[in-house]
Amino acid sequence: MILFVLISIPLAAAALSSSSSQARFGSMISVIGAVAALALSGWVAVDVITSSKHVLVAIPGWIAIDALGALILLLIAVVNVTATLFSVGYMDFTTTGDSHRYYLNFNLFVFSMFIVPLLQEPNIVWIAVELTTLFSVLLVGFENTREALEAAWKYVVLTLMGAAIALLGFLVLYWAARQAGITHYTWAGLEAGAPQMSPVLLKAAFTLILVGFGAKVGLVPLHTWLPDAHSQAPTPVCALLSGIETTAVLYVILRLLPVMSAAPAIHANTWLLIFGLISVGTAAFLLLRVRDYKRLFAFSTVEHMGIILAAFGLGGTAAHTAAMLQIVGHTLTKSFCFYTAGSVLQMTGTRNIASVRSVIRRSPLIGVALLLGGLAIAGAPPFVLFLSEFSILRAGLNQGEYLTTGLLVFFIAIAFFAIMNHIGRMVFGSTEVGDPIRPYVLPVSSRMTLILAVVPVIVLGVYIPGPLQQLITLAAAVLGGRG
Amino acid sequence: MQAFQNMTPLLANLNALAGSLFIIATFGIVATRQVRACLKFFILQSALLAASAFLLGSNPLSMHLIAVGIINLVAKVWFLPWLLRRQVEEEVYTRREITQVFSIPASLIIALLLTVAAYFFSLPWVKTAADAGALSINVPVGLAGLLLGGFTLSTRREAVPQLLGILAMENGAFFAGIAIAPDLPMIAELALAFDILLLTFVVGVLTRAVHERIGSTAVGKLTNLREEVQQ
Repeated sequence: MILFVLISIPLAAAALSSSSSQARFGSMISVIGAVAALALSGWVAVDVITSSKHVLVAIPGWIAIDALGALILLLIAVVNVTATLFSVGYMDFTTTGDSHRYYLNFNLFVFSMFIVPLLQEPNIVWIAVELTTLFSVLLVGFENTREALEAAWKYVVLTLMGAAIALLGFLVLYWAARQAGITHYTWAGLEAGAPQMSPVLLKAAFTLILVGFGAKVGLVPLHTWLPDAHSQAPTPVCALLSGIETTAVLYVILRLLPVMSAAPAIHANTWLLIFGLISVGTAAFLLLRVRDYKRLFAFSTVEHMGIILAAFGLGGTAAHTAAMLQIVGHTLTKSFCFYTAGSVLQMTGTRNIASVRSVIRRSPLIGVALLLGGLAIAGAPPFVLFLSEFSILRAGLNQGEYLTTGLLVFFIAIAFFAIMNHIGRMVFGSTEVGDPIRPYVLPVSSRMTLILAVVPVIVLGVYIPGPLQQLITLAAAVLGGRG
Repeated sequence: MQAFQNMTPLLANLNALAGSLFIIATFGIVATRQVRACLKFFILQSALLAASAFLLGSNPLSMHLIAVGIINLVAKVWFLPWLLRRQVEEEVYTRREITQVFSIPASLIIALLLTVAAYFFSLPWVKTAADAGALSINVPVGLAGLLLGGFTLSTRREAVPQLLGILAMENGAFFAGIAIAPDLPMIAELALAFDILLLTFVVGVLTRAVHERIGSTAVGKLTNLREEVQQ
């Protein structure tokens, strides 16, 4: 069936790209595979929207997909296309070589992300999330510098520690389900049987999973690995890690929301709000003092994960729908930001913000892209993140959550100022006197990536196509509008 | 629903013994300085996990839990140490860690406090069961294993002990798991075992890369990436 074909594409690409000795072949296979996977996930999304129950089942109880899963799947597939395309130019730029190892790990990493939204048995989902870490670790350390290895080590240690905590959480969840007599241990079965489950065990499971997987989403205080890993990894991998991996793990936490709403005494929403606000606030102030522009975008991921979590914490259909749009907007915008950051890195060879000036005079394309990326990720109109953040704040005000909304506005404003301050100086700042401006031209594949990646960022800000809007609404409905 | 209410007193006592030895083995991982000894304590801990699975699965006979015990023996007691030894040079194992965050007595006191905390945290969980049985041993011991593994992870500076900390955490989760989720689907058990081995392999590869790059496996020295002024 279509779902099996979809998940076998990255596996096939992994096998093929490591079998040939040609680096170009690996790139080509990966790009072709990514485009095919995107087409199929688009098809899956349309199928989910048009089917009567909005669910596509491959193996009942094990592999199926609903609107929320389809949305995540689609986003993974989109970033996969741009990331493989950008990899072509990156492979020419990097000196580390070994493209086999790169494409093997890359495609396996994509595979492990693809299966997260497809799997229905929560314990197996845990394994899939663990696989995303294991397949991406060696990619983070791919450059093999001291810093890259440090980043990879912190990444693997902190996220695996979180995963072990989450594992106990999932086992406790299973325990609670058995006590309640739930026979179908799937997301849907859990939701149906939630009212019978012991609130004590539910609370324990939820806390363990939130803390454990929160580490991988990049929630403060277990976020410290994130700026390291997301800045040291090769650029296309940064786009995957920051743009979609965090979201795919957040998706697993969100799956618990309908279960938790059966036990209002636990106040799961309040936990999300608190965790979310702490993350947004911490990230906003750290953004002010970053010195490395890839870390700038990495901290902005922590900020956005916090905003999304807080929005789900607010609860209600309006906030949920806005948070879904925020997920879409963040994935598309953040991956674009990392491609521009990667282009700047290829041009200048430094990650230091203070050493990068007058980007727009050396390469108008990169300069404009960096400016657009900065504005879009900071949440300026008319980009899509402005739309979603505005909707979240409006939902907050409508619910009378003035304190939460006020804090969010304050933190978002600080983050906006911090990001634009750094980006503005990089794009327009003047170079030292006598320093010649050497024009720089990006590889064709990288230019194509930038243009491809920026289109949805701009378009979605002014126009959201009907089917996508439908998918977002359905996905929000999966999580329930109560709260 | 409860699987262990028919456990004979002898089996229950043996399981309690396995649980206490499991805690002692975990204390060993926390407090040993030499990497090789640390690895031996981990192997002992995994063997005790398998022993508990065998005990819980023997009366009434549960082929499922017996299989889980066998999977654990093969994957963690036999295959994993072999894999780790193959990947990380012998010289690392004979090394003693001089620079630790806490002294050995201090580590042991903190470990003791964490164990007590684990009992307090898990008490309400165990109370939700109609008949606690083996749960009253396995759940607190498992949570203690998780916390102590995390403690090891955050205080060690060497790569291999940090890895053993992660693995000890997972062993803790499994120790609780065999009691609270004894009928987990077999595919999940197999995938979990595979996951542990892949984890060891990947971290081993990374450890070797670190060793080649900076000439030691003291990952605690890797502190270049931060926001403060560095260059």
